[in-house]
Amino acid sequence: MGLFDKFKNVFKTSNKPQVELYDRGLEKTRNDFVSKLSLLNKKYKKVSNEYFEELEEILIMADIGVETVMTFIDRLKKRVKHENIVDSEDLREIIVDEMFIIYVNNEVIVNKINYSETGPTVVLFVGVNGVGKTTTIGKIAHKLVNEGKKVLMIAGDTFRAGAVEQIEEWGNRTGARVIGAENKDPASVMYDGLEIAKNESYDVVLIDTAGRLQNKVNLMNELDKINKVIGKLIPGAPHETLLVIDATTGQNGISQAKSFKEITNITGIVLTKLDGTAKGGIVLAIKESVGIPVKFVGLGERESDLQVFDIEKYIYGLFKDFVEDETC
Amino acid sequence: MFENLGDRLQNAINKMKGYGKITEENISEITREIRLALLEADVNYQVVKEFINNVKEKALGEEVAKSLKPGEVFVKIVKDELVALLGGDKEDLNLKGNPAILMLVGLQGSGKTTTIGKLGLLLRKKYHKKPLLVACDVYRPAAIDQLKQLGRELSIEVYTEGKGDPVEISKNAIEYARQNGFDYVLIDTAGRLHIDEPLMQELKNIENNIHPEEILLVIDSMTGQDAIHVIEGFHSELKLTGAILTKLDGDTRGGAALSVRHLTHVPIKFIGVSEKMDGLEEFYPDRMATRILGMGDLMSMIEKAESVIDQDEAMKAAKKMESGKFDLEDFLSTFKQIKKLGPLENIIKMIPGMSKALPKDVHIDPKEIAHIEAIILSMTPKERRNPEILKASRKQRIAKGSGRSVEEVNRLLKQFDQMKIMMKQMKSGKMKMPF
Ligand SMILES: Nc1nc2c(ncn2[C@@H]2O[C@H](COP(=O)(O)OP(=O)(O)OP(=O)(O)O)[C@@H](O)[C@H]2O)c(=O)[nH]1
Ligand SMILES: Nc1nc2c(ncn2[C@@H]2O[C@H](COP(=O)(O)OP(=O)(O)OP(=O)(O)O)[C@@H](O)[C@H]2O)c(=O)[nH]1
Ligand SMILES: [Mg+2]
Ligand SMILES: [Mg+2]
Repeated sequence: MGLFDKFKNVFKTSNKPQVELYDRGLEKTRNDFVSKLSLLNKKYKKVSNEYFEELEEILIMADIGVETVMTFIDRLKKRVKHENIVDSEDLREIIVDEMFIIYVNNEVIVNKINYSETGPTVVLFVGVNGVGKTTTIGKIAHKLVNEGKKVLMIAGDTFRAGAVEQIEEWGNRTGARVIGAENKDPASVMYDGLEIAKNESYDVVLIDTAGRLQNKVNLMNELDKINKVIGKLIPGAPHETLLVIDATTGQNGISQAKSFKEITNITGIVLTKLDGTAKGGIVLAIKESVGIPVKFVGLGERESDLQVFDIEKYIYGLFKDFVEDETC
Repeated sequence: MFENLGDRLQNAINKMKGYGKITEENISEITREIRLALLEADVNYQVVKEFINNVKEKALGEEVAKSLKPGEVFVKIVKDELVALLGGDKEDLNLKGNPAILMLVGLQGSGKTTTIGKLGLLLRKKYHKKPLLVACDVYRPAAIDQLKQLGRELSIEVYTEGKGDPVEISKNAIEYARQNGFDYVLIDTAGRLHIDEPLMQELKNIENNIHPEEILLVIDSMTGQDAIHVIEGFHSELKLTGAILTKLDGDTRGGAALSVRHLTHVPIKFIGVSEKMDGLEEFYPDRMATRILGMGDLMSMIEKAESVIDQDEAMKAAKKMESGKFDLEDFLSTFKQIKKLGPLENIIKMIPGMSKALPKDVHIDPKEIAHIEAIILSMTPKERRNPEILKASRKQRIAKGSGRSVEEVNRLLKQFDQMKIMMKQMKSGKMKMPF
């Protein structure tokens, strides 16, 4: 069974409601992106230079990294030549296939939270300014509290105006406890919070941090320090460090992933704001060049607007019509 | 990862040096580099396409064809064209109303609330007038607290009614401003998606009720290709009078600026360059153009070098380098040319890629340069032209004459040899040429 068939099977067998929910969030994404791809195949029945140029445009417009797109197109062209492909129709499968390969790259990708077997599981959230770190913490707290876990949130952003109040409001919404104090340095807030988490046997600790641009040396060093404090108090922690990336982010996403990975052991990405028109394609380039998988996606501002990332569904969302014509 | 666009451009420029005439074919490499540079800067795909075509047309014109430095002239054309697209006449804020009403709108997290604070501070400083900040974001958790805290920090009053109806709040705020002698009313709105119909309607209702002098779109400079949808989305619903590009203190190239300016003709009025309240600056198209191209200070280096370096001397040296006949005599003359450019570390930092390679606090001791010069000057012209004849006794004489040690003379000779190897590599295209 080819990869593509396997891929199609996933859609056939995966439980419908979940796919639909995910689908809904990506609806605008898909409409734009996929209708363009379908149009493309209608417009060019035969594979040609113009065909590739327009395909390139579609992929670039989805913010898939420039280099990823260029090598992707080169690879396609080679296959076309090698396999003597003439009809654009025959390229459809290959495009989806190759897209999938870029992301998966023969790895087994796990997108569950890596829980600690002893003591509290610590999850640290990092990222540039305004991407949705605090909101994502609120959403994840909501999810975990619903699963019956004892959740603590630490307001590690002691810098931005209103940051502590913001996470406190998420505490009220979700029922998770919040530890935080303004005008303290982040490391000492972490210290207080983690002590409480240990002593009162919390299951999960979600740590918020201030937004920081990846080229700011001092702020990145601060993150390093935060990490060390966490590891000292709870050996092995943080068990999970999630880099939050805004789906509207362009090529800078790659630099964000690289720089944050240098300082902390990033275990996954949360791709937020996918409910807009942005496609967040930069995560494909990030996976390809930095090797960080996406674990969750944000699809709105409410506590329930969070989904576990699933590459198959993501590509499905991007290429739906493409695949559906085939299966019908 | 495509790295160091500045270096890559420099490479392409160097290759062009060999061409007698510019043709469509031999500029294909540099246009390709520039195309990638623009796409990597998140410049809109269609804009890049048009742009490259325009630039090609210009480049194939007379001016460049005649130039001794086709590569440099080409890059300059690119930059000038970009500036033209980004620029136009500078447009100031319209502050005529009494009070003047400014409303900030944009996607979630783009920087509206922070920018409201910055703008309040900037206007108060510049015009010595009284701003009022208005909290119309009734949705985001703690949005009102955030604005209040900024107001407190800046000692600027904040008008809030808690979580009411944003249209009513804005109307009441203006009434309040009139009665209490405020000159500017700055309205913070909730972040929203341009496709969120109810929330876009809310903005239109505010607009229709209070008729702001300025409706400014706040955009994150890290935005990718989606920028055009966002800008068009807001522009089609509201009468945008300007845009503010935030978070430019990051390392993003900020190509979204072109989508704003070129595709919708909304002028960029300010840029955000820090999280702090004083981090709001005027927008300069030429700086933005350089940034988008990722040329570092390549442009200013080109300009500076053009104005200072004696063209004939430079050409002579370059010819010799290429032929592998570069000797210490040429080295000395090149050295003198370079010295005219100012402190060496500054010049080195202007070379794309070099600023990263050098430690931050690098300092090239001018004394050391003087020593090198002294050593070369203590050689006879014959020795300078044929350094290989320098044996122990000659070296000793040179060391004495220059007041340096024999080791230093040896080090210099070794460095010079390495340099010659580098030059050969440059010639064969294996390495980029630094100057
Ligand atoms: N539409 C949409 N908005 C989101 C999503 N996630 C977060 N937001 C919004 O984005 C804005 C910024 O979110 P925050 O959680 O404050 O972001 P942050 O990364 O903590 O910001 P800083 O702490 O200032 O760096 C808020 O208005 C959120 O409601 C999402 O998935 N979709
Ligand atoms: N480094 C940097 N950070 C900025 C700049 N402008 C805003 N920020 C940060 O970006 C984040 C979001 O800013 P806000 O002002 O809360 O954004 P907003 O548009 O009001 O967000 P919502 O109200 O949730 O839509 C905060 O962490 C700010 O400190 C800037 O120019 N540079
Ligand atoms: Mg936050
Ligand atoms: Mg705000």
